[in-house]
Order: sequence, then C-alpha cells, then structure tokens
Amino acid sequence: MATIGPSTTPATALPFADAAAVAPAEAIERPARRTMRWSVGQIALTVLLVFFAVLFLYPLVWLVAASLKPAGQVFDNALIPHTWQFSNYANVWGELPLLRWIVNSVAIAFIAATAVSISSSVVAFGFAYFRFPGRNILFGLVLATLMLPASVTMVPTYLIWKEAGFLGTWVPLFGANLFGSAFYIFLQRQFFLGLPRELFEAARIDGASYWQLFSRIAMPLSIPSFVIVFLFEFQASWNNFQAALIYLNSGSVDNFTAPLGIAYAMTKYSPTAGGHADYQYVMVAALLVTLPMLVLFSFGQRYFIEGVATQGRKG
Amino acid sequence: MAQTTLKPRKYNRREALAGYLFISPWIIGFLIFTAGTMVYSLVISFSRYNLATNVMRPAGLDNYRALLDDPRVATSLGNTLFYAVLAVPLEICFALFLALLLDRATRGAGFFRTVYYLPKMTPMVATASIFLLLLNGNSGAINQGLRFFGIHGPQWLVDPAWMKPSIVIMSLWGVSGTMVIFLAALKNVPRDLYEVASLDGAGPVRKFFSITLPMISGAMFFNVIILTIYAFQVFDQAFLLFWRDQNNATSESALFYAVYLFQQAFREFNFGFAAAMAWVLFVILLVLSIIQVKLGNRFVYYEGER
Repeated sequence: MATIGPSTTPATALPFADAAAVAPAEAIERPARRTMRWSVGQIALTVLLVFFAVLFLYPLVWLVAASLKPAGQVFDNALIPHTWQFSNYANVWGELPLLRWIVNSVAIAFIAATAVSISSSVVAFGFAYFRFPGRNILFGLVLATLMLPASVTMVPTYLIWKEAGFLGTWVPLFGANLFGSAFYIFLQRQFFLGLPRELFEAARIDGASYWQLFSRIAMPLSIPSFVIVFLFEFQASWNNFQAALIYLNSGSVDNFTAPLGIAYAMTKYSPTAGGHADYQYVMVAALLVTLPMLVLFSFGQRYFIEGVATQGRKG
Repeated sequence: MAQTTLKPRKYNRREALAGYLFISPWIIGFLIFTAGTMVYSLVISFSRYNLATNVMRPAGLDNYRALLDDPRVATSLGNTLFYAVLAVPLEICFALFLALLLDRATRGAGFFRTVYYLPKMTPMVATASIFLLLLNGNSGAINQGLRFFGIHGPQWLVDPAWMKPSIVIMSLWGVSGTMVIFLAALKNVPRDLYEVASLDGAGPVRKFFSITLPMISGAMFFNVIILTIYAFQVFDQAFLLFWRDQNNATSESALFYAVYLFQQAFREFNFGFAAAMAWVLFVILLVLSIIQVKLGNRFVYYEGER
C-alpha cells in the first residue's frame, strides 16, 4: 500500500498537460456541479472508474503483499499476509547482489539520460534555429528513423560493439545516446520552434555567438522539455531488459542491471532449474526495482503524461 | 511548418555551417547506428559469419533459403501474427474506453489517471514476475477470480492455446500509454461540436461515431501503427515468461519472431540467419505500415484540411 500513497497525492494538484486551456471553464463549472444531484450516468461512470482502478492496482498491491510472505505462502494470493515476514527485506541483500544491481542501473540510467538529453537538445537546436541546405530532408530522415524496428539493427550493433571491444561493459547500454535520439530531437525541436525568434536576433546583435544562443538562451528556457526527455530516457534505460541480456548476460552477475538481475533470480529460484522456490526474494527485488519508478512518477507525472501525449501529436 | 514559406533564397554561410555543426552528433550517429548498421545487417544476411575467426564469407541467398527451410521461422511468424491480430484491436478498444471514462470524469480525474498510469511505470521484468504467479493455472489470482464467477480458468502458462492470450493480458494491463494519447486527443475535440449535435438531437452513440471518432482519428492512426510495430517485436514478455530458463523446454506456441531471432543470434550465433530474419521482419513492417498509411489517408481527418 505504501507504494501507492506518495504517488497519488500530487496527482490531483497537478494540472493535466492539455487542461491548462480548459481550466478557467472548469473553475466556473465546478460550483454548479457540486449542487447537482448525482445522475445515474455519473454513478455508473464512478463505479467503472473505481473498478478499473482496482484492476490496475491489484497486481501492485499483490506484489507488496507477496514480498512480505514466507516462501510457502507467496502463491496464496492473500492481500494481507497470514504470516508477516519482514525479514525478507533484510535477507534479500545476502541472497542476491541486489544492491550492486540497483547501483549499476542507477548509474547507467543516469548516464544514458544525461547523454541523450544534452545531445538531442543540441541537435534539435540545430534543426530549429539554423537555416541550411537540406535541413528539411535531414529532419524528415530523423523522423523516418522513428519507424525503424530495433531488431533490424540488433545484430550489426552487437558486432560493432564487439569490434570496438565493449562487450561485457556498460558502454553499449548508453553509447548510442551520445548522438541524440529521434523522438527526443523531435520533442526538443518543437519546443525551440515555440520560442520567439526576436529573442535570438537581439542576442546576435549584442554579439552572442551561435553556441551562446543555445547555452545562454535556448537551454535555460527549454528546461521543461529537457526534463521530459531526461525522465523518459531514465525510465527507458532503467527498464531496458533486452540490451542488458545481450551485452551483460555472459559476464559477472555483479555487473548485471536490476532487470537482468531479477530475470536471473526468477530462474535461480525456479524449481525446474533446481531452485527452492524462494519467490519472496524475487518479489522483494521486483518491488524495489519498481519503487524508484513510482517515486519518479510522483515527482514528474506532469512531464511523463505530457511526453506521451506529444508522441501522439507527431503522428 | 512555417520555415517552408520563410525559406530564404540564399543561405548565410556561417549560419549554415553552424547548423551542420549543431546537428553533427546526429549525423554521425545516423551514419554509424542507423545507415551503417542497416547496410551491415544486409551484408551479413548474405554472408556466412564465423564468430570464432570473425571471418565473413559471401553466401548468396543461403540464409534466406534456410529461413524457408526452417519450420520454426514460419511458426514464430504465425505466432507473432496471431498475437498482433489479437492484441492490437483489444489494446485500442480498451485504451479508448478508459480514455473516454477519464475524459468524462469530473471528480478525481487526476487521481484515476495516475492510478491507470502506474502499470506503465512498472518495469517489464517486475510485471513479468508478478504475472508469472498471477497467471498460474492452479493457484494464480486470475483463475481464482474467474472461479468466483463460476468459470474454470485455463492453464495460462502451460496450455499452448493460452500462452499468447497470457501475453495479451499483460499488454492490456500496461495499456496506459496508448490511453494517454487518446485522452490528449479527446481533450482537443471542441466542446461546441457536441453542443451543436445535441441541439440537432444526436444521441451519445451518434455523437461518438460522428464527432469523437473522426476528431481523434489522427491519434487512432498513430496508435494502431505504433502498437502494430511493437506487437511484431514483442520480446521481453515472452522471453521472461517462457524462454528465460534454457533448461526448460517450452511449447512452440510461445515462440515469437523476436524471440527466435534472439535465439538464433545470441544463443546459436547464427548471425547471417538472424540478420536475414531481421530484414524479413523489416520488409513485413514496412509493407504493413504503407498499407496502414494508405488506409489511414482515406479515414483520418486532419485539422488543416477543414
């Protein structure tokens, strides 16, 4: 239950990305609505909303409960454990190198998000501000790469990292981020296009260099979209399982990311692989890997929702 | 796009140079990780690659011929197609339904949206470890829930017929990204359209089909294309639920295209075969996207065309 608490509180306070324009109308409507009696439609609507909320929350609440049960009871589906076994949270660190995995994942996600948000921002400013031959064609190419399925380039990308001697290191998990990423370039460019051009022209007259236009004006003003990119990539990197599986699985377990580590634990405790079905440790690990994302969401909900909504608008 | 109308005849040299410098990281990345890898992957698909010696020998169409001879390629493609046909329409309908509910909600809309979005924040590996137990045929909560309604639930993770629906259930739980895109589109539908329609005596069903659906067709189009591309590449869920444990033989029914591609590439190190599989997938997705765009142009309503 504790996981859901903090993330829901700011939800009501934060305005919806697109609701800003609608807000005044809502403010007028609200007092009138309060005096209205609940219609059948509204009751049905609320019942449905609550029903789906329960459906979406159930697996997460179940996870919290399962992480607090003894091995034999993980499967029993009781949302309140018959036997509370808080020691799971103490023992998991000795059972699995979970702390290492989490530290690894934090480091990789941080580097990946920092690299991609800076590089995408620089490239986006290039496309937004400067006029040069072939700009629109090149930007079309940026958008076209969005449609490219990752599995097509999976094998040669692996071979490139192998040739460069980076197999078994973290580099393949963030290396490509140094060169910007199509969706983030698109998102940042949209933001830069919204800035008044006179701002830059005036700075030019005052003698600012092109780089200063970016670093002194565009960058500071684009903090909101910068945060969207950072949070998105942090989440994507944190959750990334396939790349870790390809590049780290054959190496030391201590070098795993958290998702790869949990997959490893799932197999380790699986009776078919000779484990003792200590699934409570998998559940603790799964919860501890989910928790940072829920915290991130509770602080940055507005940015996440806005980012996803933007994805739809580019189509 | 304003810049097409403002386009100057002559470019300022210094400015153009600075522009190229700014976008140069992307150009380098594109040349290495997109164009480079695509050409490389095409070359590999026509070669026999020996991992031990790093030697690539031309092999003509051998890899592509091997794809046709390998029944598992057809099986995995069939499974993936089956999954996509099942998952995409369900995801679209479910996401749209949830978005409509949230759009109507007056009280606590923000609260419900947060709750509905939480699954999207849950790492796939956590989702998989939860659903591995929830979908358990004997003791799993899903079958216990069904029992409450008098339904005897299937052996989701063991019965070959129910393996793909298991993955669909997981996808539906995480459908909130699609929902948010629909919700943003719904918020942009001008409210006065509904008022006018009400005055003309249109009921809610008529309003949905004559106003809502055409007005959000852009978002619908985007969601269908993206979900289709994702569905054809489904990997994490299938791998974590069915293929994680190499010692444990699983039914071919859960063999998805991306999983088999991964196995060929990184378990068998058949890089040529895997690259050929990747190119076949790419062509399939390209054709599908072109068909969808062609169909989309007929149905999608764009604001600008008014």
